[in-house]
Amino acid sequence: MSAATTAVSDLVRVEDLAALARGAAVLGTGGGGDPYVGRLLAEQALRRYGPVRLVAPAELPDDACVVPVAMMGAPTVMVEKTPSVELIGRTVTALTEHLRVTPTHLACIEAGGINSTIPLVAAAQLGLPLVDGDGMGRAFPELQMVLPTLSGIAATPMSIADEKGNVGVLHTIDNHWAESLARSLTITMGCSAIISNYLMSGAQARESLVAGTLSLCRTLGRRIEAVRADHGDPVAAVADELGGRVLHTGKVTDVARRTTTGFARGDATVAGPDGVLELRFQNEHLVAVRDGDVLVSTPDLIIVLDSDTGEPVTTEALRFGHRVSVLGAPADPRWHSPSATDLVGPRYFGYDHDPVRVWGGRARTGGAR
Amino acid sequence: MRIGIDVGGTNTDAVLMDSGDHSDRVLAAVKAATTADVTSGIVAALDGLQAQHAFDPAGVHAVMIGTTHFINALVEARRLAPTAALRLGLPATASLPPMVDWPARLVEAIAGRAYLAHGGHEFDGRQISPLDEGELRRHAVDMAAHGVRSVAVSSVFSPVNAEFELRAAEILAEELGPELPVSLSHEIGRVGLLERENATIINAALRELAAHIVDALAGSVQGHGITAPLYLSQNDGTLMDVGYARRYPVATFASGPTNSMRGAAVLSGLGTCAVVDVGGTTTDVGVLTGGFPREATVEVSVAGIRTNFRMPDVLSIGLGGGSLVRGTPTGIDPALTVGPDSVGYRLTERALVFGGDTLTATDIAVAAGRASIGDPARVADLPRALVEAALERIATDVADVVDRMRISADPLPVVAVGGGSVLLPDAFPGLGAVHRPEHFAVANAIGAAIAQVGGEVDRVFAIEPGRRDAVVDEARQEAVDRAVVAGADPASVTIVDFDEVPIPYLPGNATRIRCKAVGDLRIEQSNSPRPTAGQVR
Repeated sequence: MSAATTAVSDLVRVEDLAALARGAAVLGTGGGGDPYVGRLLAEQALRRYGPVRLVAPAELPDDACVVPVAMMGAPTVMVEKTPSVELIGRTVTALTEHLRVTPTHLACIEAGGINSTIPLVAAAQLGLPLVDGDGMGRAFPELQMVLPTLSGIAATPMSIADEKGNVGVLHTIDNHWAESLARSLTITMGCSAIISNYLMSGAQARESLVAGTLSLCRTLGRRIEAVRADHGDPVAAVADELGGRVLHTGKVTDVARRTTTGFARGDATVAGPDGVLELRFQNEHLVAVRDGDVLVSTPDLIIVLDSDTGEPVTTEALRFGHRVSVLGAPADPRWHSPSATDLVGPRYFGYDHDPVRVWGGRARTGGAR
Repeated sequence: MRIGIDVGGTNTDAVLMDSGDHSDRVLAAVKAATTADVTSGIVAALDGLQAQHAFDPAGVHAVMIGTTHFINALVEARRLAPTAALRLGLPATASLPPMVDWPARLVEAIAGRAYLAHGGHEFDGRQISPLDEGELRRHAVDMAAHGVRSVAVSSVFSPVNAEFELRAAEILAEELGPELPVSLSHEIGRVGLLERENATIINAALRELAAHIVDALAGSVQGHGITAPLYLSQNDGTLMDVGYARRYPVATFASGPTNSMRGAAVLSGLGTCAVVDVGGTTTDVGVLTGGFPREATVEVSVAGIRTNFRMPDVLSIGLGGGSLVRGTPTGIDPALTVGPDSVGYRLTERALVFGGDTLTATDIAVAAGRASIGDPARVADLPRALVEAALERIATDVADVVDRMRISADPLPVVAVGGGSVLLPDAFPGLGAVHRPEHFAVANAIGAAIAQVGGEVDRVFAIEPGRRDAVVDEARQEAVDRAVVAGADPASVTIVDFDEVPIPYLPGNATRIRCKAVGDLRIEQSNSPRPTAGQVR
């Protein structure tokens, strides 16, 4: 992933949304929610308000006022109680009015899954450009698990709003508290809320966001489709696009899910010519083990694709007999600093080992940038 | 005795079956042409049964009909009623109104009108906003003014709490008259508003046709002197009575493939097997466990509309009797392919055995001596190695599909049906023997005749620590109770399917539990009318 996007005006149009949502599901690494509802909302917004302009982080002026917006809650709820276009825009406005600032750009905090399309909705409605980047370069389950946290950017003040008209603004002592208070509010609001947080300057956005991830989603989606149409190998194309490698190919031979803490936690095994790969997931795929060796773990990306079609497979959709390819792809290098390992490393999720990177090597010591 | 009838787009098949305690015997099986009015095709099929095996109409205990009539009506966009979709959920959901993602042609075909109103619930049963009865009455007046003849009502999280949908139905009846059909989403689908609502709107648009067709079906059976109760088969292979069928035509959508698979399985005496149906253009593979097809876990598009029907999980590949065979006629060619393209209905002009110039899978079957159609002399010179390589390729491709559909590592017997099944070997390595049942041409009708009665639970449960087993028992008991209410013989009810999946980010270890129970139809000797209310989901 590079910040080489220099096009002066890159527009996201209605006809880009299917590809963008498919690519977002790839970066969702098994979680992140089904982007279908998000895609429909973005379609509605773009039809009504026109295309959205993408701006590379490198082009942001230092004093830009960049406002991320996202959905928080259970994807299962969002497919039932669908949010409105206005609610998403209103949540951004609630935060900027509270702070008496004028937003110049919107941003995406999580490019993986449904949250790739939510900022497009607000950008179209508010007529603002959208930063081509995000706060993770993938999907993670908790609010504090973003690169801006590592840059010392506070999650709060943040706004949180529901469709009924309730709006809250939170000021918390740190980003973990923001997660825990916002989680409680989200549940009370019906387990689906829109949040706007990590408000930052253009300079901070350049430093802390992963550049180019929204256009990467679109490229991934388009490439999967094009390679498939040419009867090529979409799995290899995804690995190539992400600079990753195919770890394993085989057939799902077991899926065990557990109800422990409200997360979709479990293991799956994939048997193939190279042996048996064990996938450990909690919403997202977090660890891939073969013959006792950890091949790749969080924070690098573990992506499961249908071997034939290259379609991303979510942890919920994994089942016996599915022919899948498991890919490892490097996370943004900043995810490999010691403080990042504390935030999103295997031990945070309860796995007793250090991060293992897709191209080898352990977490680097010292501030990796 | 029971009669099973399958009304397809082309053929109406019927079977007369002797219902023994442990086995079912086919006494007579006939095929007749489906007619535009449906009824004369059924009358012809019943006459055919009578001619083949004379029976006393009073000795028939039940008549089961499977039909693709309703799904065909949707796909062809014909005979659909002007329909309104009323959704309760404001202020949520307004940006994605009913029919938002439908093909324009179908919205037009049902003269679809979308209405949004306040109401709806949260995932835990709290109200999103109270019902506004005045708002509903104003919408009803507008519906009447626009000639709406059927209404679909959906409410956010109605699978959790159905009170608003039920109250809205009462208000619509007051405003529009009790005869106007109202379809409620909580009776039709599961969580996933747009998909459930879509199925409900489709159902609403088919209600007039359903009333007409069900009356016609009942009339033609009664016209034959049969007074036994009439049932229609549903997507999952269980039965519904005619009163339910009038209200839920959408529940028949996938009954065709389901009946075909179940019929094939019972003919071969297998409850757990893969059914491989080799046709002219495609091979369809489904898997039965305990006699019922495994259901697809993903959303299913019907006529371009996304729904969450329970459809059987069927994998199709482009391989059939008309498939093109490409390869060099010397030795075993690893590049040799069969399909995916096919000469289709032009088989009888293009295949070599019919004097054409195209090498098809049918020519291979004839050359191998597995089929005798057309002129075998025209393929007598095909190199033996080519024929064998093509058969090998077909066996490998089909075995691969069956393997993909397996639900466990255990060997899985294969039941082969369809005209092209002569192309399959007698056994697949790693899978086991290939069974070729008799009567497979009428498997659909047999599948209808052997259908059972089911009850199902599909809900999100909050599982407190240490309470899992109790919650699971509760869900199982509820499924059993529902099957009995729907007409199953309590002694025969068993759980055939159970699945629990935790739902991320919901509090309280929220877990979706799906449980299905089925049992044999309780045959009432007196033939007294049964209540029509008891049903299945």
